Amino acid sequence: MTDMIEVPIEAAGVPRAKAMLERAEWAARAFARYDRESVAEIVQATARAAAAAAKDLAYKAVAETGFGVAEHKVLKNLACSTGLLDHYRGHDYVTPRIDSEAKIVSVPRPAGVVFALTPSTNPVATVYFKTLLCLMTRNAVVISPHPMAKAVCAEAARLMHDAAVAAGAPEGIIQVVEEPSVPLIQALMTDERTKVIVATGGNPVVRSAYRSGNPAIGVGPGNVPVLVDATADLRRAAEHVITSKAFDNSILCTNESVLIVEESVADPLLRAMRGEGGHLLDADQAERIRTTVFPNGSFDTKMVGQSATSIAQQAGIRVPQHTRVLLAPFDLVAPEEVLAHEKLCPVLGVVRVASARRGIDVARAVLRISGAGHSAAIHSTDPQTILDFGAAVNVLRVSVNVGNSLGGSGIETNLAPSMTIGTGYLGRSSVGENLQPKHLLNFTRLAYNSDDTVPFADFAGLSPWAAPAGPVPSYPHASNVSTPQADPAPARSATVSDDGEAQLREDLRRLIIEELTNIIKG
Amino acid sequence: MPDYGVFSFDSKDEVLAKSKEFWNPGKTDFWIESGVPLVIDRREGYLIYDMSGKRLIDVHLNGGTYNVGHRNPEVVNAVMQAMQHFDIGNHHFPSLARTALAEALIATAPPGLTKVIYGSGGGEAIDIALKTARHATQRRKIVSIQKGYHGHTGLAVATGDDRFAKLFLSDSPEEFVHVPFNDHDAMHDALRAGDVAAVIMETIPATFGFPLPHPGYLETVKQLCEQYGTLYIADEVQTGLMRTGELWGISKHGIEPDMLVTGKGLSGGLYPISAVLVSERCAGWLTEDGFGHISTFGGAELGCIAAMKTLEICNRPETRSMVHYISDFMANAMRSIQARYPDWFIGVRQNGVVMGLEFDHPRGANFVTKHLYEGGVWAIFSTLDPRVLQFKPGILLHPELAEELIERVQVAIGKAWDEVRALPRTQRIAS
Repeated sequence: MTDMIEVPIEAAGVPRAKAMLERAEWAARAFARYDRESVAEIVQATARAAAAAAKDLAYKAVAETGFGVAEHKVLKNLACSTGLLDHYRGHDYVTPRIDSEAKIVSVPRPAGVVFALTPSTNPVATVYFKTLLCLMTRNAVVISPHPMAKAVCAEAARLMHDAAVAAGAPEGIIQVVEEPSVPLIQALMTDERTKVIVATGGNPVVRSAYRSGNPAIGVGPGNVPVLVDATADLRRAAEHVITSKAFDNSILCTNESVLIVEESVADPLLRAMRGEGGHLLDADQAERIRTTVFPNGSFDTKMVGQSATSIAQQAGIRVPQHTRVLLAPFDLVAPEEVLAHEKLCPVLGVVRVASARRGIDVARAVLRISGAGHSAAIHSTDPQTILDFGAAVNVLRVSVNVGNSLGGSGIETNLAPSMTIGTGYLGRSSVGENLQPKHLLNFTRLAYNSDDTVPFADFAGLSPWAAPAGPVPSYPHASNVSTPQADPAPARSATVSDDGEAQLREDLRRLIIEELTNIIKG
Repeated sequence: MPDYGVFSFDSKDEVLAKSKEFWNPGKTDFWIESGVPLVIDRREGYLIYDMSGKRLIDVHLNGGTYNVGHRNPEVVNAVMQAMQHFDIGNHHFPSLARTALAEALIATAPPGLTKVIYGSGGGEAIDIALKTARHATQRRKIVSIQKGYHGHTGLAVATGDDRFAKLFLSDSPEEFVHVPFNDHDAMHDALRAGDVAAVIMETIPATFGFPLPHPGYLETVKQLCEQYGTLYIADEVQTGLMRTGELWGISKHGIEPDMLVTGKGLSGGLYPISAVLVSERCAGWLTEDGFGHISTFGGAELGCIAAMKTLEICNRPETRSMVHYISDFMANAMRSIQARYPDWFIGVRQNGVVMGLEFDHPRGANFVTKHLYEGGVWAIFSTLDPRVLQFKPGILLHPELAEELIERVQVAIGKAWDEVRALPRTQRIAS
């Protein structure tokens, strides 16, 4: 072959993925004009379909990625489907908001095309979560799942798409990249058709989202300190910390990483934790855990989401069969101490401190290593300590007297339920709250002359939006062919009756409560 | 000075003068006189630029040649990469690229089509189809519709309008029968003697202004063909490659043609190629005498690669969905423009992004073409029915460009109407 001419070659799958963005633009353009009722029906139908598949996809996610606890993933999948539906029931991101006092009308304007990256640790729940947020705000979404979880995420996205379209959503409103790759993600991140990137995943992905030149919402990693002070209800604290740390074998960014306990209550707390399935390691065993989980000083990704007993076995440590969390004591919180780093497995560092004040310093030290802006937990009954902790520790949410796994993500607290925890300026992110629908839209403000002599108009009952007249887009029949005209507004009359609806919701609620109870009981 | 590497000109005027002198004075003058003095220079996506720098949205697409846009980057890349290894190839031998494209075409074709024969342009492909029909049936007669258009080569030109056949003394009415479009009885009369080799039909006749087949018409023609042992050739040059929202327009009629002809857009706008897809019943000569039709450039391997990439782009689910969106958008947009000019813009013929816009004047579309050009849009009137403007948006049209296009079209239609209304009464009616 003769000299090659330089031809730019796009990585496999990139052209197809760009075609998805292009199609998404058409879909977003149509969806941005839907009215509130149509949107509510689409969100509801999609959340229901997602909930119905929650269990199946939870097991498939564990099978595909090889980590996590399927029963716990069921819970997350439900929390991110019907759970979100319940939480945001009555919220309205569609109807113009009228403030006659300020003489301003705010018209919601969706971002358009959202490019969503989803992680391997929370694959299905994050697909559910980001997709439903997009639907609530009338955005189109193109999902690029983590390669380790691509099949289950594609299945999740497809079933949501089909449910959404059956309920009247535009075709292509949810799309998924089947074969994600680094060059493909780079290409979509920098594509001008991407209106906002929502990146959940490793630090490199988040940083490159911010470098892309496009608006981005990316969040930093966690490394969660939990302080138990002398005023805490020790029995409950033990139960919460162990249950939270054991949840989904600790692969959430919200799982506790280092337990900081006031010396005066350390022994009774650790005793109580043993009763919950915690196993306290001695110094020699802790060293074995260091070399097993952090061989050569860096985290072994094979340990992600493995069970406590399996890790103990690999480290050559005998532990009781019911062990859920390995408790590894150490003294100095500093970068060279691997046990002070984020551990995506049920190994919990334990540091004893002389006072709550010292505990706050140590919590700050944990977050200097990583996890700034993310989350922390405290178990205490002293409001001053709780307040001092919150004001000093560099996180944007503190779970108080509750496990952080489901506390920081808003499932067991009244924070916005979220699979994407904004780490704010502390954690090099543009968002400091839990990701929620409001982050995916802007408002056009119709601002009147503030002078009292200029009257504000009566906007009550007016809407710029409408329900779709039929499938969107309509099938391109030849214009001289008379077709059964505009199938009446989609799905509206054809969905499950209100009774069936109520029954289904009741069933799901019961299921969630049962799961929760089981988890808490351990 | 416009410098294009291997050649340069001092000015656009020089190009026009030399175009008349050395190339085609009739065409060159025609466009200048029509108010469309276009010499296409830069081109990209669905935009073309006159030498003057004037920017135009292309909704002519040279009959769909630029279906996936001008210089589509994916096709450009495929062809440039292919040039590191391939050239036109040798038409005598089994070939890598021809075989691969044939397999890809058959895999996506309507059922019953099993082999591919290549040409270098649409006319040649039509000639191949007609020759194949004659071989397979051992009959000579070919039936086509009046005002049909299948190209300008030897046999193809005889199937079309007299204007092009008679000019070159190439009409032969005894073998090439023309029947009125959408007339079931006329078609039946033409076929009932049982001596017709093939009926050749554009699925929607382009140069006639895209009159739509009446519901059931094509189906009846196919049924008559079966009844009288006549082959049905679907000319999908302008209706194929997803332009109707399905890969092949004929599929929307549920018809399984005996042959299907594709060209123009198949090239990706970059390397000429055309193809005839034939059923096993028609394919006999390929076994009997495989050298029966020889074409040095037919199925050139670089063209095959352009075609394979183009076919892949056209057949993506995302593309199909986009065509449905664009089609829906255009239908709504045209309805609202029509509502504004009900006495002028009197009809929309549409199947996907295959569109004909009807105006209430015998040369209505000539006026609209001119005003569109002034307003930054290139769309062509229908040569065989200048009341109708051919309007052919690309299948990958971006929503914002679609909106811009409609904005320009709306204004141009209004200006054309103003011009027509100001004409003396006699000229308003006369052609």
